[in-house]
Amino acid sequence: MTDSALPMTVADSATSAPRKLVLDKKRVRSRYAAERRFRAYGIAAIAFGLFFLAWLFVTLILQGYGALQQSKMRLDVTLDAATVAPGGQVDDNALRTADYTALLRTALRTTLGVGSDRGERRDAYALLSNGADTELRNRVLADPSLIGKTVSVWVSAAADVDTLIKGQISRDLPENQRRLNDRQIAWTDKLVADGRLEKRFNTALFVNGASSDPEQAGMGVAIIGSLYMMLVVLLTALPVGVAAAVYLEEFAPRNRWTDLIEVNINNLAAVPSIVFGLLGLAIFLNFFGMPRSAPVVGGLVLALMTLPVVIIATRASIKAVPPSIREAALGVGASKMQVITHHVVPLALPGILTGTIIGMARALGETAPLLLIGMVAFVVATPATPFDPATALPVQIYMWAGASERAFVERTSAAILILLVFLIVMNAAAVVLRRRFERRW
Amino acid sequence: MSSTLVLAALLLMMLASFAVGRQRALATADGHARTLHSRPPYYGTYVAMWAAVPALLLLALWVIAQPTVIDMVVRNSLPDDVRTLSSDKLSLVLTTIDNLANGRAVVGEPPAYAKEAAARLLSLRATSSWAMTVLVIGLAAVGFFFAWRKVNPALRARNDVERAAVWLLIACSAIAILTTVGIVFSMLFETLHFFSMVPPQDFFFGTVWDPRFTAVGRDGSAGQFGLIPLLWGTIFISLISMLVAVPIGLLSAIYLSEYAHKNVRAWVKPLLEILAGIPTVVYGFFALTTLGPLFRDLGASVGLDISATSALTAGVVMGVMIIPFVSSLSDDIINAVPQSLRDGSYALGATQSETIKRVVFPAALPGIVGSVLLAVSRAIGETMIVVMAAGIAAKMTLNPFDSVTTVTVKIVSQLTGDLEFNSPQTLVAFALGLTLFVVTLGLNIYALHIVRKYREQYD
Amino acid sequence: MNTIAMKPVSVTNDVVSTNRSPKVISRGVKVFYGEKEALHGVDLDIHEREVTALIGPSGCGKSTFLRCMNRMNDVVEGCRIEGKIEIDGDDIYDRRIDVVQLRARVGMVFQKPNPFPKSIYENVAYGPKIHGIASGKEELDEIVEGSLTRAGLWNEVKDRLDKPGTGLSGGQQQRLCIARAIAVSPEVILMDEPCSALDPIATARIEELIDELRENFTIVIVTHSMQQAARVSQRTAFFHLGDLVEVGDTSQIFTNPKEERTQAYITGRFG
Repeated sequence: MTDSALPMTVADSATSAPRKLVLDKKRVRSRYAAERRFRAYGIAAIAFGLFFLAWLFVTLILQGYGALQQSKMRLDVTLDAATVAPGGQVDDNALRTADYTALLRTALRTTLGVGSDRGERRDAYALLSNGADTELRNRVLADPSLIGKTVSVWVSAAADVDTLIKGQISRDLPENQRRLNDRQIAWTDKLVADGRLEKRFNTALFVNGASSDPEQAGMGVAIIGSLYMMLVVLLTALPVGVAAAVYLEEFAPRNRWTDLIEVNINNLAAVPSIVFGLLGLAIFLNFFGMPRSAPVVGGLVLALMTLPVVIIATRASIKAVPPSIREAALGVGASKMQVITHHVVPLALPGILTGTIIGMARALGETAPLLLIGMVAFVVATPATPFDPATALPVQIYMWAGASERAFVERTSAAILILLVFLIVMNAAAVVLRRRFERRW
Repeated sequence: MSSTLVLAALLLMMLASFAVGRQRALATADGHARTLHSRPPYYGTYVAMWAAVPALLLLALWVIAQPTVIDMVVRNSLPDDVRTLSSDKLSLVLTTIDNLANGRAVVGEPPAYAKEAAARLLSLRATSSWAMTVLVIGLAAVGFFFAWRKVNPALRARNDVERAAVWLLIACSAIAILTTVGIVFSMLFETLHFFSMVPPQDFFFGTVWDPRFTAVGRDGSAGQFGLIPLLWGTIFISLISMLVAVPIGLLSAIYLSEYAHKNVRAWVKPLLEILAGIPTVVYGFFALTTLGPLFRDLGASVGLDISATSALTAGVVMGVMIIPFVSSLSDDIINAVPQSLRDGSYALGATQSETIKRVVFPAALPGIVGSVLLAVSRAIGETMIVVMAAGIAAKMTLNPFDSVTTVTVKIVSQLTGDLEFNSPQTLVAFALGLTLFVVTLGLNIYALHIVRKYREQYD
Repeated sequence: MNTIAMKPVSVTNDVVSTNRSPKVISRGVKVFYGEKEALHGVDLDIHEREVTALIGPSGCGKSTFLRCMNRMNDVVEGCRIEGKIEIDGDDIYDRRIDVVQLRARVGMVFQKPNPFPKSIYENVAYGPKIHGIASGKEELDEIVEGSLTRAGLWNEVKDRLDKPGTGLSGGQQQRLCIARAIAVSPEVILMDEPCSALDPIATARIEELIDELRENFTIVIVTHSMQQAARVSQRTAFFHLGDLVEVGDTSQIFTNPKEERTQAYITGRFG
């Protein structure tokens, strides 16, 4: 070993005894303190995230659960045949156009014992929802035999009464700053004491369309609109995405063209959603002249956004199918296309569906592109087809969030909760699908 | 016949062709399916394919081209003095004609040439519709007979069908490209249109945003369309959101991947990821009704004037939304750092945090930078939170408590409501959209490139 | 420096060799990965300023045992250790022992060279920096130069200390890792198959280096190559299926093994 390549000086230094390492106790202590601090930062960061999550959910639930109930008033309405069906005409048109408001007001006056004073009457009428007549009309339309009888009906109270009963507005404010005056509050208390005013399940929230009266506003149109859009997304993004992924994974040669498609798909997944809205506006509405506010257009825009997600998920799960299965099928004389349709895609299906559901959940919560294609609309009537004007759940939330009435705050929160329930169900379905069916090779 | 009916007829023909083709294949083989090259359904598909595909293509082409062609013919038939009107007046005339043709109400008594043009429009539409029906159905029939004649046991129906299927797959994957092309061209076209009214330098370097809504017919270029204030607002809010998201996201990722017990990680990671799954409109609502007022009250209690819609509120909420984005990307990046580097550091007596700070983090830095850039691009493109929580005043301020506005907010506000489509007030949204697209695309490509190079380093 | 002279000539039995004090003593060391027992109770003494080679077929537990000596197994989740390992009389699994200080005393070189993605200088300076060994820049420079010199790398890299360590060749990287390990002046250096990823010439360099380092350090080396064990070590321990089968002077193990299994292994009948 003396003929080592090392020069003499080095050998000298190598023979000198190594310094004994004595670690400074204090230094080691402070190093461990730094260790603990660093760990604490990490925990604090996670705690912040989780705290925010909890805060968000608790706030929404506390604000929103009230909207599941709506104050309703029980009135004994005399369905006077002369008013409802003048001249004994019980045809549909007559029933539709009858003056139900007058009937309700008469009943309310009787209940409250209101005289003929104009101001008093106006105050009394303000307790009733503007949509109460529609509720009564639907009741009569459903059962015309009620005409001529006195029936006890539950109709919606006005939003101001509702917020008072739910304790969302203070009774202690000076009268001129309140939406309800002392007389109206007294009436309300009396009605409650008589058991004529109580909170009941708010069906309108889930069924009705847009309304400027909070107590009549509902998400029915938005839910239907969102369902139509999800249907369009499913029917377009899934087949097209799977086909594209199959081509890229199984057939495409490695060349510039497929590289371009790849880069493209990765980037499309990161393009801001509002840009897709501009695309929808310029191409679908202006160029192809498709209808504004229609779920089918919204669905197509969302489908384009979901497409990269489906493609990426499909490619990943196709890649996970082991080559042995392909070889086995090819070995018995199947063509490549048969291998794919009979073996590869069915085996990859759980992964494909999981990816699709997750992509659709994201599309369901998307708002910005829908604003640009006119889904911000005041739609009262339930859309019968995907070509009729509609709104979408997140857009409805956006519109309600901008409304000034106090009663819309709880409705917005409730709408958010409903949207979140949809999203949680979809994501849970994706998780179950993955756990249940995804094979590990 | 409407195009929907033609489509239905085509689908019926397709089904019939399938049945006929399959039958014929069996007949030519005297019922012995084994003598056929392919299984009988392939012959059915072969015939159906020939019947439907060319006809469908023709139908699609027709539906797309028809309005443009008819519009051109009608326009050319207008009297010369009408044709030479200024473009917005001409578009009014065309709208009137369209309304007349569709039987909609028109303001005032329409001029005679408009009535005439409307009648021409209607007759052209009727002609076109008949021609389309005849040609499409005819083409389908021709295709059917062509394929029908070719059916015999030696025909390699399966190979042909599969080749066609591959083309279908190619077409589907081209949609991804078409989407990008569509985005670029639609926005580019409208942007050029915008630049013909407002000079590009006024847009890109203008420091005042004041678009002033104008009615149809008036000279529309009165407003000022300076991009700089919007860009500043966008950058400012993104910066605030990164100040929240990067440290918190990174520290959570490090804690979860290096310290946390397996069970803790299994619970905490998905919980944090919920933050990314919550729709942005929900964050906007939360910022608007909870966080904004909270900041305002907090500010008031220490004597600060914080506006209810402020850069701070929007930035913080956006930051929270981006936390899981940063943390899951950095998690992947940190996990890609080979264990051998950690071992090397531990073996020298480094503590875990020293190893992370001095070895793992520097090694992962390029990847982390990439993922932060991806997060920035997401923040820049985010719309709903800023629409609801940042405000609408285009200001160049350094005060985070003031309200600012962003590119995305202005795209939304310029395009919602009833607007004349050909005014610069509307078209500017496309110029903004194109700017946004180019900036985010650049960021994404660069970031993905960094991340890819980083991964290759440790592969 | 005459290394040959230091080689014991005729010591054949572990118990008899008392002229050198044991640096590391292990008694009944068992290692569990989850439920699986990977080591079934190992008693082994490592002598000061000697090279001890651990040999055996793959999966025999030699690397596991090596990693027990600086508690690198702590990093592995679900790993549990029983028994006792003492270094200079300190039980390293005692609760009072600080793993950071332990690892400063027991350095390690890994199978694959794993330089940090930093400059060559920073790689070597890393340990002294975290432990606060150097009092100033000059002293640090001195340590870096000294360590690189001892690792036989100084002349090759002195002009490019600020270049990344990952840019060196495989053998140079491994010597850099050795320099990194000796920069904190450990008492024991553990080497886990340090040459398995290197070509024969680089391997020869490392082997020479190991022989030189023996002057100042106690070295334990895991190797899959019996020739290497024979070349560099003074004592050899043979592991098989989680058992320490036989330990003794290298010359004895290779020429006159006591155990059937050792005999079988060194004659190439399994492994």
